[in-house]
Amino acid sequence: MVLAPGGDAGNVSLLETSAPPQTTSRESALPRHVAGPRSTGWWGMVMLICTETMLFSALIASYFYLRYQLGPEWPPDGIEPPTLELPLIMTAILWSSSIPVHFAERAIMKGNQRRLRLGLALGFVLGATFLAMQLGLEYPETLAEFTPTTNAYGSLFYTITGFHGIHVLVGLMFSLWTQVRAWKGAFDAERHVTVQNFTMYWHFVDVVWLFVLSTIYLFPNA
Amino acid sequence: MATIAERLEVFWEEKPGLATFFETVDHKKLGFKYLYTGLIFFVLGGLQSLVLRAQLTSANLELVDPETYNQMFSMHGTTMMFLFAIPVLSGFGNYFVPLMIGARDMAFPRLNAFGYWVFLGAGLFMYSSFLGGSAPNDGWFNYPPLAGLEFSPGLNIDFYSLGLIFLSISTTAGAINFIVTIFKMRAPGMSINRMPIFVWGELAMALATVFALPSLTVALVMLELDRKFGFHFFDTEGGGDPILWQHLFWIFGHPWVYIIVLPAFGIVSTIIPTFSRRRMIGYIYVVLAEMAVALLGFGVWVHHMFSVGIPQISLSFISAASFMITIPSGTQFFAWLATIVAGKPVLKTPMLFVLGFIFLLAIGGFSGVMFASVPFDQQTTDTYFVVAHLHYVVVGGAVFPMFGALYYWLPKMTGKLLNEKMGRLSFWIMFIGFNLAFFPMHISGLLGQPRRVYTYEAGLGWDIWNLISTVGAFMLTFGILLTFVNWWRSVRKGEPAGDDPWGSETLEWATTSPPAEYNFETVPTVRSLQPLWDQPELREGPQSQEEGGYALTGGHETLATSLLDAQPQAVLEMPHESPWPALLTAALAVMFYGFLFDAYALAGLGALGSAGGLIGWFWPRGETQET
Repeated sequence: MVLAPGGDAGNVSLLETSAPPQTTSRESALPRHVAGPRSTGWWGMVMLICTETMLFSALIASYFYLRYQLGPEWPPDGIEPPTLELPLIMTAILWSSSIPVHFAERAIMKGNQRRLRLGLALGFVLGATFLAMQLGLEYPETLAEFTPTTNAYGSLFYTITGFHGIHVLVGLMFSLWTQVRAWKGAFDAERHVTVQNFTMYWHFVDVVWLFVLSTIYLFPNA
Repeated sequence: MATIAERLEVFWEEKPGLATFFETVDHKKLGFKYLYTGLIFFVLGGLQSLVLRAQLTSANLELVDPETYNQMFSMHGTTMMFLFAIPVLSGFGNYFVPLMIGARDMAFPRLNAFGYWVFLGAGLFMYSSFLGGSAPNDGWFNYPPLAGLEFSPGLNIDFYSLGLIFLSISTTAGAINFIVTIFKMRAPGMSINRMPIFVWGELAMALATVFALPSLTVALVMLELDRKFGFHFFDTEGGGDPILWQHLFWIFGHPWVYIIVLPAFGIVSTIIPTFSRRRMIGYIYVVLAEMAVALLGFGVWVHHMFSVGIPQISLSFISAASFMITIPSGTQFFAWLATIVAGKPVLKTPMLFVLGFIFLLAIGGFSGVMFASVPFDQQTTDTYFVVAHLHYVVVGGAVFPMFGALYYWLPKMTGKLLNEKMGRLSFWIMFIGFNLAFFPMHISGLLGQPRRVYTYEAGLGWDIWNLISTVGAFMLTFGILLTFVNWWRSVRKGEPAGDDPWGSETLEWATTSPPAEYNFETVPTVRSLQPLWDQPELREGPQSQEEGGYALTGGHETLATSLLDAQPQAVLEMPHESPWPALLTAALAVMFYGFLFDAYALAGLGALGSAGGLIGWFWPRGETQET
C-alpha cells in the first residue's frame, strides 16, 4: 500500500501542535517520487553499470593478453576468423532495440502509458531475436568448427559472447518485470525510476556489444 | 498528544522475534550482525594462525602434516582478507554511516540485508569445506597451475573459487549501497566538504570495490571453467597462460589492501580529533589523500609480481607508482601527528589503539617502500619478510583501528562503557604481543626463511626468531580475548555511556545510546564539519523544526538530498522488513553447492529457486521502493 503524500489527517494535526505551520509545509513541499539523478535507484544503476563495465574490461583485456602471449597466428590452430554476415545482422537487430526503448522512456516522462508499453514490447522482441539468433544460428555454426575446450581462443570466444548473452537475458527479464508493472499502471510522469533504470541497463548491454563485436569479430579479421 | 518519538515508533518499530531476525532491514541490526559474524571469522582465522605458529615453534616439528598446514595458512589468509576485514569494516560502516550523515537508514535496506545473508552464506560455504577435510590449500591468492585441476584435483579449490564468487555478490551489493547512501542520504546542509572523514573512508572503500572486484570475479569464473569444463584460460598446452591469473588477481588484490586500510584510516581520523580536543588539521588534504590512495592502488599491482619475469620497462613504471603511494600516505600521517601535537591529547583506550596504529603502520610503511624497489623485492619475495610487512600493514593498519573503534563506538551501540583499565591492559598486551610475533619475522625473512613451508631444518639461525614469534602470537591472542571479555562484561554491568561519553563532534553522538529505530527524532540541518561542537542546539535533544530539523512523521521515511550541497530533494518512503533477501540467499547457496559437486540438477534447482526468490522479492505490491 502506498501512503498518500502528506499522510492522514491525524498526522497533520500532530505536526501543527509540535511545530509552526511553515516547517510543516517545508516537509510536505518536498516531492515523494523523484527520478533521474535525484533518486537513489538511478545512482544504484549507475554504480552497477560501473562494476559491470569493469567485468567486461577484465574479460576483453584477458582476450588481448592471451592473444599476444601466443604466436603470430590468430585465431590459432587453423581456426578461420569469424564470418561477419550473421554477427553484423545480429548487431543491427540488437542496436535497433535501443530505439524503441529510448522512446518508451521519453513517453513515460510525458506520462504516455500506451507508448511506454509499446516501446518496451518492441525492444523486448528485438532483444529476444538477437538472443535466439546467437543460440539458434551462430553457436551451432561455430561449435561445428571449434568448442570452448578446443583451445584458449575457443574459451575466450564462448566466454565473452556468453557473458554478453547472459546480460541480454538479464535485460529481457528486467524488461518483463518493467512491462508487468507498466501494464499495472505503476508508472507516470513523476514515478518512473524503474523505466529509467531498465533503459540505462539496456543501452549499456548494447554499448558493451560494440566492444565485444570489435574484439571477437572484427579484430581477428583485421 | 503523541510526541514525535511516539509517532515515529509506529512506523519504524520491528517486532522482536525470530521472524524479524531473518527479515530485519534496520541498518543498526545488520551492522551488529556483520560485526558479530566478522569477528567469529576473525576468531576462526586466528585459531588457524595459532596452529601455524605452534607448528613452527621449533625446527622439524610434526604437530600437523603438510596438507593440514597448507589448508590452515590458505584459510587463515582467505578468512582474514575476505570474511573478517571487510565485513567488520562494513559492519561499522553499516551502523555508523547513516548515523554520521544524519539519515534514518541505508539507501537500499533490503539490499543491505541481502548483502549480509550472502556474506554469511558464502562464509559458511567456504568453511563447510573442512567437513570433508578439503579446505582451500593453495594460499589466499591461489595461483594456477598449482590451483589447476592437474595439481589440485580435490574440491579444495572449487570451495575457494565458488565461495569467493558467491561472496562477491555481497561485497558488490554492499559497496553500491554505501556509495548511494553517502551520495544521496546526507542530512540537509552536509555538503561534501562537511562529510566526516570516516564516511569518506567508507566511500573510498566502496568505490574501489566497485572497480576492483570484477577483476577477481572474472579470474575465478575462468578458473572454474578451466577446472570443471576443461577450458584453457590458464593452461599453456591449450594456449592459455597462468600469469593471466596473477595479473587479474593483483589488479583486484592490491586495491583490496587499500580497500581494507582506507576505512580504517577513516576510523583513525575520527578518533584523533575527538581525543586531541581539536578539529582535524588539513581535513581537505586528508580527504584528497584517501581518494588518491584509492586511485593509485589500481596502478601498482605488478609489484606483487616483480619476480615473475615481466619486462623491465613495466617494472620501472610500477615501481615509480609504488613509490608515489608514499606521498598521500605521508600526507595523512603528518596530518594525524600535527593534530595530536597541536591538540590536548587525552589518552583513553581508543586513542591508545590509534597511537599503536601509527607506530605499527610506520614500520609497515617503511618495509613497504623497500618492496617498491625491484632488486630488494626480488631478494625477499616469498620470505617471512613479506609476511612481516603485510601483517604490520594489515593488522597494524586495520585491526588496531578496529579495536580502537570497538572501544570508541561500542558505548554508542550498547549504551554501556567498556572498562578503561582492562582496555589499556588489552592494548598493551596486544601491542607487545604483536611486535613480538611479527618483528622477528623481518629477521627470519632476511635470513632466508620461506613462507608457506610447514617446517624447517635446525641450525639455519631461524629457531630463536620462530620461538619468539610463537610466544608473541599467543600473547596477541590473549590481548584480543581481554577486549572480548571487556565487551561482554560491559554489556552486563558496564556504566551507562550517556549520549556522548567522549565529547565528540559528529552526528552519531547527538542521539541516544543505543539509538532508536529511527535514529534521530528530527533529521537535523547541519551547518558545520563538527556539528556537535559548533551547533550547541544538537546537544539539547532533537533539533527543533525552527532550526531546520525534519521530523518526517508521516511514514517510514527519510530525506534524499543533492549530491554536492545536500539540499533537500525528496522524502523517500523506505521499504519494510522482508523475508526474501534471506530466502534468495538460501536458493543461491543450493545453486553453488550444485556447481561444487557437479550436480547440475541441484544447481538448476537452486537457479530456479533464485528466480523464484527474485520474483517474490520484486513482485509488484505497490511499494514505493523494493530494494
